[in-house]
Amino acid sequence: MISKDYIITSPQGIHARPATTLIKLTKNFKSTVSLKKNDKLVRLNSMLNILSMVIKGGETISIIIEGDDEIIAAEAIDLFFTQQLKEL
Amino acid sequence: MNGIGVSPGISIGKARVIKKVQIALTGILLKDEVSIAAEVERFDHAVNKAINEIEFIKQNTSLNLHEEDIQILETQIEFLADPQIREDVVEKISFGKRNVNDAVIEVIGNMVNVFENMDDEYMRARAADIQDIGNRILKHANLSDHTHAQQFDPDTIIIAEDISPSDTITMGKHVIGFATQAGSKTSHAAIIAKAKGIPAVVGCGDGLGAINNGDIVVLDGAIGLVFINPDQQLIADYTKKKAVYIESVNWLRQLKEVKPITTDGTKITLMANISGADDMEDVFDNGGEGIGLLRTELLFMNRDSFPTENEQFEFYKKVALQSKSKAVIVRTIDIGGDKQLSYFNLPAEQNPFLGYRAIRICLDRTDLFITQLKAILRAAIFGDLKIMLPMISNVQEVREAKNILALAKNELLKENTAFKADVELGIMIEIPSAAITADILAKEVDFFSIGTNDLCQYTLAVDRMNEKITHLYDPFNPGVLRLISNVIDQANKQKIHVGMCGEMAADPLATLLLLGMGLTNFSMGAAAIPVIKNIIINNDLSTAKRICEEVMHMDNSQNIIKYLKEFTA
Repeated sequence: MISKDYIITSPQGIHARPATTLIKLTKNFKSTVSLKKNDKLVRLNSMLNILSMVIKGGETISIIIEGDDEIIAAEAIDLFFTQQLKEL
Repeated sequence: MNGIGVSPGISIGKARVIKKVQIALTGILLKDEVSIAAEVERFDHAVNKAINEIEFIKQNTSLNLHEEDIQILETQIEFLADPQIREDVVEKISFGKRNVNDAVIEVIGNMVNVFENMDDEYMRARAADIQDIGNRILKHANLSDHTHAQQFDPDTIIIAEDISPSDTITMGKHVIGFATQAGSKTSHAAIIAKAKGIPAVVGCGDGLGAINNGDIVVLDGAIGLVFINPDQQLIADYTKKKAVYIESVNWLRQLKEVKPITTDGTKITLMANISGADDMEDVFDNGGEGIGLLRTELLFMNRDSFPTENEQFEFYKKVALQSKSKAVIVRTIDIGGDKQLSYFNLPAEQNPFLGYRAIRICLDRTDLFITQLKAILRAAIFGDLKIMLPMISNVQEVREAKNILALAKNELLKENTAFKADVELGIMIEIPSAAITADILAKEVDFFSIGTNDLCQYTLAVDRMNEKITHLYDPFNPGVLRLISNVIDQANKQKIHVGMCGEMAADPLATLLLLGMGLTNFSMGAAAIPVIKNIIINNDLSTAKRICEEVMHMDNSQNIIKYLKEFTA
């Protein structure tokens, strides 16, 4: 299991567009990817669940990845949160 | 009628009223396992058909979809394929014995309810998206009401209770505007209207119900006005307004993507002066490439006490987050002079502009200064923030400020708070002594920003506020020009950045002269950016240098202004 914290660097936070990209991204991997904010945990496969977390710019969230390909999944997700998110 | 203008522009056309198809519960309960399995299958089938339909819209090149449209459609696909929705619907069918119609209505209804009650405006607006995908699933589940893409006459203005994102995308070219009873600025329909350049007014309320098919409607999508069957005079006025608007939009759009480069390839940076995060959208709309001056006065004004470090942090962070990784120059406290605070008792002075103000207060009240510096250093994690000190008159002030900056960093280290350590430090050049000693100051800082307003009034000993002597306030005075030229020369010689954030940077008369002096960074009110850019892209540096040389040999501003006017005509 890999767990890592991220500060959300996009001003609008995780709105529909980044959520869509994130779901599409996690679909490429077999691992189960979850997102945690303030002790609330959701799977990263549902738009509704992600949006209902209301993740705003500047907030800190944790990503938890578990599965056979967790290392490459973690790399891709790391790239998403550290670089791509700003441009979405 | 008033509403919220969400997409600027003016449309004059004929109304087409769209009424929503009512969806209703059937109240039917399923009897056996076979019908339960059949209903689950019907749901999956409906979802697949809905997804295929959106994929089809996505690939329909005749709709001329924008990047925004495609992204919204992809979001809709993710909503439709959402495992949470399926799980809830299947549960309602299996255990609640509901048919697809009722299960979807209930599940979507609950979710819409949850989103409508969120305390975040953006998330509340998502309720409409969820309703939209619910309707889409229902449409495909209930084969009977198979609706085809709507056909519209040319110049149609759609009047509706609410418009779904997918309706907006498939509207086609005959629809020239829409007005809705419900909706908000962040609804996807509004975003798409803006991307397509269709004027739109939302949130008009019940009054919209008075409009009938074929009524003449005039929309002003910028300020949110709807006129029903207006008189000829109003139509004539708005026809004129529309022409003016279209011309200015075309001009702006043309210039927005153009880089400010002179005809011989010199890159110029055009930035904006702002007072807070709310001004940022305007900056990028006008093609600004960063913030040359973030005034921080707003933070301190209209309140009863100094803002805390966290309040300031939030203010700077908001700007940093929206800066698209472009530079943001934050000017530290510039109160005193004509800017007074009710809770900070500054005794009346005989010459407030020559008195206790700006950096002079900061170096005296280090507690206030450290609080601000800490907040800026912390927010710099979220964007390329730089610190700029106003009212510097000598090098000791810069060194003192640097010591205090080091103290601020030390405090943050001790508190174990995250911050960016290598934030650039620059100064405003607005006092003649600073302009004259630019060679000395350049060794101490990362950048200069020339504040022409104060530099001009201090150099010429002219009170900007005194109406009797306004004719003496003259940035083209050869004395002022020599000072500005010296600052630019020294900065370029010592390879530090130099910009200008005073009013002169926005004066088309001065642009070529300043270019000729070697200035490559201009910061101004966002609205002036296209005007200055237009001058830059139509001239070359050698012309600018020649103009500058000529001007520097003239002995009075009257001749200088006359000469410069020949080049801007």
